[in-house]
Amino acid sequence: MELIFFYILAGILVTFSILTVTAPNPIRSAVYLISALLSMAGLFFLLEAEFVGAVQVLVYVGGIMVLFLFVIMLVNVREMETQRRASRHWKTAVVLGVVLSSELIFLVVRGADIFSTEGIGSNLIVEAQTRNTESVGSLLYSTYLLPFEIASILLLVAMVGAVVLTMKEK
Amino acid sequence: MNRFVPQMFTEWGTVDLNYSALLPEIILSLTGIMIMLVIPFVPTARHVSLGYPALAGIAVAFLSLVATRATWDQRGEAFFYGMVFQDPFALFLKVLFLFATAALVLIAMNYLDQEDRAQGEFYALLLFATVGMCLMAASADLIMTFLGLEILSISTYVLAGLKERERKSNESAIKYFLLGAFSTAFMLYGIAFVYGATGSTQYLIIAKVIPTSESEPFLLLLALGLMLVGFGFKIALAPFHIWAPDVYEGAPLPVTALLAVGSKAAALVALVRILFQALPALSPEWQVLLWMSAVLTMSIGNIAALTQTNIKRMLAYSSIAHAGYLLLGLTAHNELGTQGILYYLVAYALMTMGAFAVVQIVGGRDEQYIQIEDYRGLGYRHPFLSVTLSVFLISLAGIPATAGFMGKFFLFAAALESELYGLVFLAILASAIGIYYYLKVIVLMYMGDFQEETGTLITIPLSLRIVIAIMVLGTIYLGILPGTLLHLASEAVNF
Amino acid sequence: MIPVTHYLALAAILFVIGTCGVILQRNVLTMFMCIELMLNAVNLTFITFSRFLNQLDGQIFVLFVMTVAAAEAAVGLALIVILSRRADSLDVDQANTMKW
Repeated sequence: MELIFFYILAGILVTFSILTVTAPNPIRSAVYLISALLSMAGLFFLLEAEFVGAVQVLVYVGGIMVLFLFVIMLVNVREMETQRRASRHWKTAVVLGVVLSSELIFLVVRGADIFSTEGIGSNLIVEAQTRNTESVGSLLYSTYLLPFEIASILLLVAMVGAVVLTMKEK
Repeated sequence: MNRFVPQMFTEWGTVDLNYSALLPEIILSLTGIMIMLVIPFVPTARHVSLGYPALAGIAVAFLSLVATRATWDQRGEAFFYGMVFQDPFALFLKVLFLFATAALVLIAMNYLDQEDRAQGEFYALLLFATVGMCLMAASADLIMTFLGLEILSISTYVLAGLKERERKSNESAIKYFLLGAFSTAFMLYGIAFVYGATGSTQYLIIAKVIPTSESEPFLLLLALGLMLVGFGFKIALAPFHIWAPDVYEGAPLPVTALLAVGSKAAALVALVRILFQALPALSPEWQVLLWMSAVLTMSIGNIAALTQTNIKRMLAYSSIAHAGYLLLGLTAHNELGTQGILYYLVAYALMTMGAFAVVQIVGGRDEQYIQIEDYRGLGYRHPFLSVTLSVFLISLAGIPATAGFMGKFFLFAAALESELYGLVFLAILASAIGIYYYLKVIVLMYMGDFQEETGTLITIPLSLRIVIAIMVLGTIYLGILPGTLLHLASEAVNF
Repeated sequence: MIPVTHYLALAAILFVIGTCGVILQRNVLTMFMCIELMLNAVNLTFITFSRFLNQLDGQIFVLFVMTVAAAEAAVGLALIVILSRRADSLDVDQANTMKW
């Protein structure tokens, strides 16, 4: 049952990813990417990461991708549609893609053997199954307190930067 | 081994928050925020003077480092649940970054003075970039390194694009951004595999876990490769350097200096920590990769610099070449190598920052005079600028009695200690090629036909004059008496 | 339970698709979206490892990756907006006032 779900989601994910990459127009790309991100959230749920799955939907789809769509509307899309897509890289990209994925998958599968024998480092909070959000929260405010604080500086820089860049001259 | 408390067993309430380990970062962030709060109340014409509070913040941050030095011992420790180190290595680099930023602020003041619309945010973003660099130098965890790197990168993306009316600046910012984000994805993928293979992202835990796993470390090798790609982009190592010349040319000059000195040094130092502290077990593998990259970087940087006509581009290729020399210290993987890296970073910061300061002054309004041809006859018009630039270029070329020579000497010695004879031979060959294009500029300054009309009056602000003078003295001092700094560097190697 | 390799292979495929997209596409916006796809592949890897190592740290990393992705999106899109104001084109091949 789980496996069927996985294959359905994986199928959707790969299809929409390829569509995102090949779409001739950024609006379509964005919509395909949104679908891909939603099925990614489904995979997160399947992996019992409920909180991250919810954040994926809220932040990625609801925040980042909406921002993308806004910007696409803001810049002149009509003109972009007529622009040619560089087709000279097509074959290279496909060959590269196939070679790279097979290599990566080979390495990953070989490397992931360790998981079949023993679970290393299964020493941290194992109560994940029951109260995911709560455990994520307490971890975020204990071990990962400093990165959490630092992330706020990062967001501040990004906010200031975006404003400074787009501010029009008075 | 009490320098490290296994954080997996840390309970709620175990206090591990040692703010003295983060004082400079906190002070710099607060200064940056304060500058931004003040901006609305400062008339646009006076935005340039916001550099003074920035300098004050840097000074306080430096004093805080000095004041807290006595509170911790030589060995250093990880705080905040194993996220940041407070150790001599981090201290050394934080001091270096603070001095570099102070010089950058002064260069930026001169730059903004000549812009029509000075933006006070420039200083705030510079300070935030420094926070990122300091965090990278002190980081004890891959996730911290990543966040520090992102603070640094995002500030520099913005800074590179700030000169908004100029198309070059915008283009270079976009290129830098896209390639930067692209390389970030690679680095993250690498971090993910490190996490998967070891179950942790803390350097010391990773180092402890790796030897116990008996199977062939496929995942770790994959991780190593991906992370090297990511860092290679940030340090501009060949073959991932192609973005550098364009971005360096298009960005505003103080930002070019920041990219060439700050970003490069911070990424390199983070790589030192990752390779030496977390992945020493994989050293045969990464030594081979770095060996190849070092050879490529040195030769491409030096050979491409030969044909440049724009001094910013020339310095860009030169900084690529210098990253190649620094890789010698990494490839050597011994104590002398780390010392050499630290020594060379100081020397490199002095001479590169100095050269960029002179280029900024000569470049003038809207960077009109940045062709190498514009330096013809500078020796007759501005003895101060040409003498100082000559010192910096001689040092960059690695001619004896300068900091650049001593730095190279230590790096090459470290490589020889690890029996990397071929690499040292190629490095000497590459630096011999390099001498040509540095000397070309000097020759042009003194022996070119003097044309009266090129270059208008150049005024040098007193503050920059002092900074350049200090850098020249530092370059010569380190070249003749390397002992003091070498001693400091040898203490800093204890991490 | 689904073997760990399934998830990792899927993530690898997505990562490569994203990489190819960055190389293939010439539109700055789409290139950026391909980078987002790569970051998502990384997230999937993190979550997978987190699940199979039976520890939560991986999920925390994903939160940080998302934060960074949001910050990058804000700055990157701002840069794209000013590029479009100036250049009327988002084709990277046309951003060539400097030689490569």
